[in-house]
Amino acid sequence: MVVMKMKFPFQKRVKLAQGLWLLSWCATVAGAITFTLGCILKTELRRRAEVMDNSDVHVVPNTLMIVGLASLGINIFASKICQDALDAERFPRWKNMLKPYFAVSCFFTVLMLLAVIMSYAMKGSLESSLKVGLKNGIRFYKDTDTPGRCFQKQNIDRLQMEFQCCGNNDFRDWFEVQWISNRYLDFSSKEVKDRIKSNVDGRYLLDGVPFSCCNPSSPRPCIQYQLTNNSAHFNYEYQTEELNLYLRGCREALVSYFMGLMNTIGAGVLSVFLLQGSVLVSLRFLQTAMEAVAGNENTEIETEGYLLEKSVKDTVMEFIEPVMQFFLFKNQVGEGSSEAPADP
Amino acid sequence: MALMLVKFDMKKRVKLAQTIWFLYWFAVMAGVLVFSMGLFFKIELRKRSELMDNNESHLLPNVLILMGLITCGVNAFGGKVCYDSLDPSKFIKWKPMLKPFLMFCVGLNGLLFVTALLCFVMRIPLQYTLAEGLKNGMRFYKDTDTPGRCYMKRTLDLMQMEFRCCGNDHYRDWFEIQWVSNRYLDFSAKEVKDRIGSNVDGQYLMDGVPFSCCNPSSPRPCIQGQMTNNTAHYSYDHYTEELNVWKRGCREAMVSYYGGLMNTIGALVLLVTMLEIAVTIGLQYINSSLSSLVNPEDPESESEGWILEKTVGETFTDIMANMKAMSKGGKVEEAEAGVATVS
Repeated sequence: MVVMKMKFPFQKRVKLAQGLWLLSWCATVAGAITFTLGCILKTELRRRAEVMDNSDVHVVPNTLMIVGLASLGINIFASKICQDALDAERFPRWKNMLKPYFAVSCFFTVLMLLAVIMSYAMKGSLESSLKVGLKNGIRFYKDTDTPGRCFQKQNIDRLQMEFQCCGNNDFRDWFEVQWISNRYLDFSSKEVKDRIKSNVDGRYLLDGVPFSCCNPSSPRPCIQYQLTNNSAHFNYEYQTEELNLYLRGCREALVSYFMGLMNTIGAGVLSVFLLQGSVLVSLRFLQTAMEAVAGNENTEIETEGYLLEKSVKDTVMEFIEPVMQFFLFKNQVGEGSSEAPADP
Repeated sequence: MALMLVKFDMKKRVKLAQTIWFLYWFAVMAGVLVFSMGLFFKIELRKRSELMDNNESHLLPNVLILMGLITCGVNAFGGKVCYDSLDPSKFIKWKPMLKPFLMFCVGLNGLLFVTALLCFVMRIPLQYTLAEGLKNGMRFYKDTDTPGRCYMKRTLDLMQMEFRCCGNDHYRDWFEIQWVSNRYLDFSAKEVKDRIGSNVDGQYLMDGVPFSCCNPSSPRPCIQGQMTNNTAHYSYDHYTEELNVWKRGCREAMVSYYGGLMNTIGALVLLVTMLEIAVTIGLQYINSSLSSLVNPEDPESESEGWILEKTVGETFTDIMANMKAMSKGGKVEEAEAGVATVS
């Protein structure tokens, strides 16, 4: 039972070959675009690598880059094949290569679809990675003299200013951490001693945030310190003040930024996937139509083209059988050789 | 004696026409580039027009946009003429237009060169506009409730953070103006009354700067208030402290940004001018080689091409003579009209 049989008169074959040639060049450009999109995503993820705990999410841009390069190669091949397709002498030399070529192309096309699905599915992993990364970043904010951590302050400050966010979940995260280095605390003053005694770990905690949390849209100069103390500032109420600091947490801001980026890229790659799929289907039709011509004197006869010679199930079995036979054969030989010495 | 005479046979003419057609397409792209650079510069000026008192001169971007459009059109037309020059029957219809078109091209090249010079020269008025605008901008920082100025604080804060600068010339400019709005000052407090009493204008002046002056690279949390008081902060010496706030003034930062932009645009326009001169000379060669065929009937005969038919001096005297003849012709007509009215 042949899958999707279609009749191809000579003119239709010619039109198919020409259309396919154009389509395969478009698909080549699309493959290059996919590779570029993968590079862009990887660069963006690397830029914020300091606030991410693990690099699991990097599998998405890596897959996109591999698929983009593969798609470039596949489509250049496809355009070469259809250039030769109409010439009955040149076409037969492609005969042997076509089966493995289709297998490889199908594999990479399915991989492309997987990359799109992953770009939507990685949200949870990204969020948990950012949660841990930001928590560490805020903890090490004060360690500007510790090698390996001395740029945390700068990174967190720049991050908060660029993404217009404050803290991990919200600005109150800064109240639970000592973010002022001990080098700048006067341990002989009463206020410092009180604050250090007020908690178990002996940390200098205060109800203040760094300057990078300040919102420029606020009508009044930024209030950074004594945020919960209404009487410390004139005409200030902590519960109703909305414009003073950024209210959004940095984890939420970063997740929405990266998910927006990955969703846009995913949508683009999905259309590239459809284009690539149509190229492969058209090439299969062209191949089968031209194979029926081979050996005939008159190259302008009408032929039939199809997608699969047998039904889907049969074709799958055809591929799997050699693999199964390989394993079974190995087993049989093994059994035979283990039995032989037992016989006297 | 023609200027820069070159002999042309059929093959050489065809090659010349093809090369110049190709170059004309590059020149069309160059025209689009000039147009888009003018547009980009206009947008950059509009983005920060608040900081320049809405007083900035849009002459340069407008000129760039206009020249870009004209260059595009002229080059597309020139490319079409080149394409037709290979076919003698098509070329005949363009022939009468070519001389005035080439004159127009020469004029256009001169204008392009002037535009490039303008790019380099317009830095100076921009510098003054920026200085004035920033000074006023800082004065209106606190007026977040005055219509028309309520976004000045936000604009200034964002600009200081983006350009990594503080104040007009340096951060001490903030000490000389009141940048905290009166709505947030407790006039019953002694400290406020002291500060207001301490100067003639009754302004609340303090040795502090807004948060947007803070430098994230500083190892310690930002010190914004009481900056000149060493005892107010532990382990702090305001003479030697370098990383706390941005040291650069915003006027210098903006001038160098816009100056760099204008220099780049000026250099690119110069390159476009040179490309235009090259294609104009090429078209002149095509024109002269096709009009000086040894055997007018045979399109494949040899010919000569030149930039000017006579030497530069002779061409110049010819032009002057033509102009004199035209003005004399006008005078004769006036005299005749005068005679007619008198009699």
